[in-house]
Amino acid sequence: MPSAELVTDAPSRGGRLPPAEAGYPGGGDGGGGLIGDPARFGLWLFLATLSMLFVGLTSAYLVRRESGDWLPLRPPGVLWVNTAILLASSVTLEAARRRLAAWDLSGTRRFLGGTGLLGAGFVAGQALAWRELVDRGFYLASNPHNSFFYVLTGLHVLHLVSGLIWYCAVHYRLRRLAIAPGDDGLRLFATYWHFLGGLWLYLLLLLFVI
Amino acid sequence: MSKLQGLLFALATLVLVVAATLLFTRDWLPPLVSDRAAIDNAIWVSLLVTGVVFIATNLLLAWFGFRYQDADGAKASYWHDNPKLEWSWTLATAVVMLAFLFNSLSLWADIHGEAPEDAMLVEVTGQQFRWVVRYPGPDGAFGRTDATLVDVNAENYIGLDETDPAAGDDVMRINELHLVEDHPVRVQLRSTDVIHSFFLPDFRVKQDAMPGLTVETWFVPTEAGEYEIACAEHCGLGHYRMRGFVHVVSAQEHARALAE
Amino acid sequence: MAESAATAHDAHAHEQSFISKYVFSMDHKVIGVQYYVTAMLMAVIAGLLAMMIRLQVAFPAGDFSLLGSILPAGYSSGVMNPEFYAMLFTMHGTIMVFFVLSTAPVSGFGNLLIPLQVGARDMAFPFLNMLSYWTFLPGCAVILASFFVESGAAAAGWTAYPPLSALKNAVPGSGMGQTLWIVGMTFFIASFTMGGLNFLTTILNMRTKGLSMMRMPLTLWAMFLVAILGLLSFPALVAGCILLLFDRHLGTSFYLPSGLIMTNVPLVDASGASLTSGGSPLLWQHLFWFLGHPEVYILMLPALGFTSDLISCFSRRPIFGHKSMVGAMVAISGLSFIVWGHHMFQSGMSPYLSMAFVVGTMLIAVPSAVKVFNWLATLWRARIQFRTPMLWAMGVVSLFISGGLSGIWLGQSAVDIPLHDTYFVVAHFHLIMAGAALFGVFGATAFWFPKMFGRTMNESLGKVHFWLTFLAYYGTFFPMHYIGIAGHMRRIYDPTQYGFLQHLQGFNHFITYSALILGASQIVFFVNFFWSAFKGPKASPNPWNATGLEWTTPSPPGHGNWPGEIPEVHRWPYDYSPPDAEADFVMQTDPAPVGERARSAPA
Repeated sequence: MPSAELVTDAPSRGGRLPPAEAGYPGGGDGGGGLIGDPARFGLWLFLATLSMLFVGLTSAYLVRRESGDWLPLRPPGVLWVNTAILLASSVTLEAARRRLAAWDLSGTRRFLGGTGLLGAGFVAGQALAWRELVDRGFYLASNPHNSFFYVLTGLHVLHLVSGLIWYCAVHYRLRRLAIAPGDDGLRLFATYWHFLGGLWLYLLLLLFVI
Repeated sequence: MSKLQGLLFALATLVLVVAATLLFTRDWLPPLVSDRAAIDNAIWVSLLVTGVVFIATNLLLAWFGFRYQDADGAKASYWHDNPKLEWSWTLATAVVMLAFLFNSLSLWADIHGEAPEDAMLVEVTGQQFRWVVRYPGPDGAFGRTDATLVDVNAENYIGLDETDPAAGDDVMRINELHLVEDHPVRVQLRSTDVIHSFFLPDFRVKQDAMPGLTVETWFVPTEAGEYEIACAEHCGLGHYRMRGFVHVVSAQEHARALAE
Repeated sequence: MAESAATAHDAHAHEQSFISKYVFSMDHKVIGVQYYVTAMLMAVIAGLLAMMIRLQVAFPAGDFSLLGSILPAGYSSGVMNPEFYAMLFTMHGTIMVFFVLSTAPVSGFGNLLIPLQVGARDMAFPFLNMLSYWTFLPGCAVILASFFVESGAAAAGWTAYPPLSALKNAVPGSGMGQTLWIVGMTFFIASFTMGGLNFLTTILNMRTKGLSMMRMPLTLWAMFLVAILGLLSFPALVAGCILLLFDRHLGTSFYLPSGLIMTNVPLVDASGASLTSGGSPLLWQHLFWFLGHPEVYILMLPALGFTSDLISCFSRRPIFGHKSMVGAMVAISGLSFIVWGHHMFQSGMSPYLSMAFVVGTMLIAVPSAVKVFNWLATLWRARIQFRTPMLWAMGVVSLFISGGLSGIWLGQSAVDIPLHDTYFVVAHFHLIMAGAALFGVFGATAFWFPKMFGRTMNESLGKVHFWLTFLAYYGTFFPMHYIGIAGHMRRIYDPTQYGFLQHLQGFNHFITYSALILGASQIVFFVNFFWSAFKGPKASPNPWNATGLEWTTPSPPGHGNWPGEIPEVHRWPYDYSPPDAEADFVMQTDPAPVGERARSAPA
């Protein structure tokens, strides 16, 4: 359990303050604690902001599509493979969480490692997809549909890379046993990772279906 | 406690109110020479309504600030709610704003409505840093333009395609717009580089010239004379010198000039 | 084990190095002051830029050899270069809007006050908080550095409309300068986003016992709403900037249509095909103003919150219509998302779309008016003490009235035709947005100085500063209404080029002299601020006899804010002069059954 050291002296190292001082449950006719875990709440806020970024780009996309010079873009085949890889990485992540709940640390590490590997595979696959497009002569600037493809997938992959960095941190914490039994230590990371998976599906929809 | 600050604030507010009112009642708008009198009327109505609110709220601010300063033995009132009062002033404001809303929507619709059938057509292209005015000539059609056909030596700044039959009778001028009194004119605005804004202060005309678009605005000049064109959208280092001239001549003058 | 660690922690004073205490501090109070002081420095720079703008506009034929010798890049033989003028107004706007007036009230006072007013030891994410300041500071550096690159700072206006900002040779400054502008803004937005996450989580999750949302002071409500506005609106500008970067450096055409001709040379490739194609400058405007409009409320809402709390305290009266004040701020925040097109009425976008935006713009005047009426009602039958903070609060009300009313003119799309892009607009936003925000910051500074530095500012200097600033501020910006109606365009390097503007130069002179006085007056503030911070009289925990939670802490609050337990809240923060109390105020933490507590059912 988080240590209940006197908060007066705590130099506020990142994240959680003990419930008693943070206005948790003792709310009564007021007070906070509505949200529960502040880190998870903060992450959801960040995901809201991130979503707004893609909302902005979506509206730019839809408006730009009306211009006469829009040409359809055939998705490189490797994109479907990448999609499968990314979805699989979410599956392994959920499996890892289940193993963690059962305190099967080696199982957790295995599945988590799978997520990391698949994630890296996705990034490599995206690079391949871009390569294929360039080989086909579909450059960034040659057509707005192309431009949006590169911008949207590029932004997505950038965030996925940040997710991989987070993965390394989580992996490290797991090895150091910095996660306590009963703690859903993978929860925050999983939220972000699954969000990126969902975002990818949305982008596919936007770029090639709608 | 000294009442000086409250007095000073009230005085300063009064000075503001008096100075503002006196100055606002002067004629700042250039004399109107187009059919857009409705805009001037809307400005006067706005001035009147906001002026009354400005004076009233500032007088209250000044008075309350002065009158209710702390004094020995004074006790402030704890009263802090009166739903009826609050609803009243909220609804009153809403009604006033709705009136403004409907008036402005109908005025806007008029201005952006269909131009009269007999309107003359003129194209104005904003460039860094001039206005290229083009008349379609008797055929009423503008010749095709192509950026690759720009020829500075021939003063063909907009790339008019001389081979296009419609281009033969196009007439171009730089920074000079010739209009006829009481004859509606449709101005088609273009830009070949950055955003400019075609501003005719005397006519209450302003429209951004957007690269990639042709935007049309129409109006009726109602008085002969010489007026200025200014650019009202920052367009680079020469933005301040995109000055042009509008020459409005009477119908007879125009007919005589054509005959020559 | 936890216990002994706690005791050990207790046993000796918690040693922190100077670096972790004052530089990479995770203490919200230190971070707040860091933001505040940095914003102040940026304000000095942006203010000097404004002085140069005014000198040029009033005296376009003047001899500025002295300035030219200090700034050789901007002047040639004593005459300002027109592109330098464009850089001046671009960077003045950019720095003031983002690096000063989004920063000082929000990141500065928000960080200082939120934990103190909610009853928390610190923000929810102190490490992220520290990171946010250290992301902000490089942003400042990058923005300022842009002045020193060869082609100069960004010069397309703070609004950075393409193609002017997208084509590198459209104006000097659209080279590296504009790129650095985008980079600096990215740092700023990242920092602001981190702050927003912290604000919302802290306010929603860490309020002390008894502090319901409706018992929060209006300052706190403002910070809460500003955080929401920022998180939802800044991404639009990020999206816009990403696309702008691509257009500038990677040959895309998000904003660039085909057929462009730059300085008589068509933008085509070797085969004659247009290098750009199909893009729309309007797209940028939509993305920019989707942020841009909520942004101006981000600047203004904290000042509105401060003003309510200051007026209430110094009138010794509860704020009138507390629920409506909250409702008004919520309404303003919500409506602020649907009015952005009123910046684009004359842009060439569909007139029908313009009409839609007139609706929201007219409506937003209603909650704004409600706030003014409620402030006036708070002053009625009050016991006003005109200490420095109160003067500033009254100044905010005055500026809000002046600046808000001209908004009603501009919001009517047809009336906007002669007024768009003239000094009328400059008057409007300097009075309501810049003025309200600035005066709000000054009022907040005078009021919460004891919590920043444990001392009070000098009253006499404060009053002198107020009067000089108030009078000079109106002297600078109010006359701009008139010249704007007369047609005086904005961003104009030399108005004397136009016949119809000649007769207005006298006003330009008056405005410039007022602006110079305004600038010089700030010296009084700096003297007062820095002298008082080190040598001012020590402050008691509650020098103003105010009711808020922050006034139960020492001045300044130590590490962890409350030396003992965090107090509980028993009432709203506006129990001034309740009839059944002895003193003329009852603190939020007072459980006695008087005032608001007596009126509502016992907890």
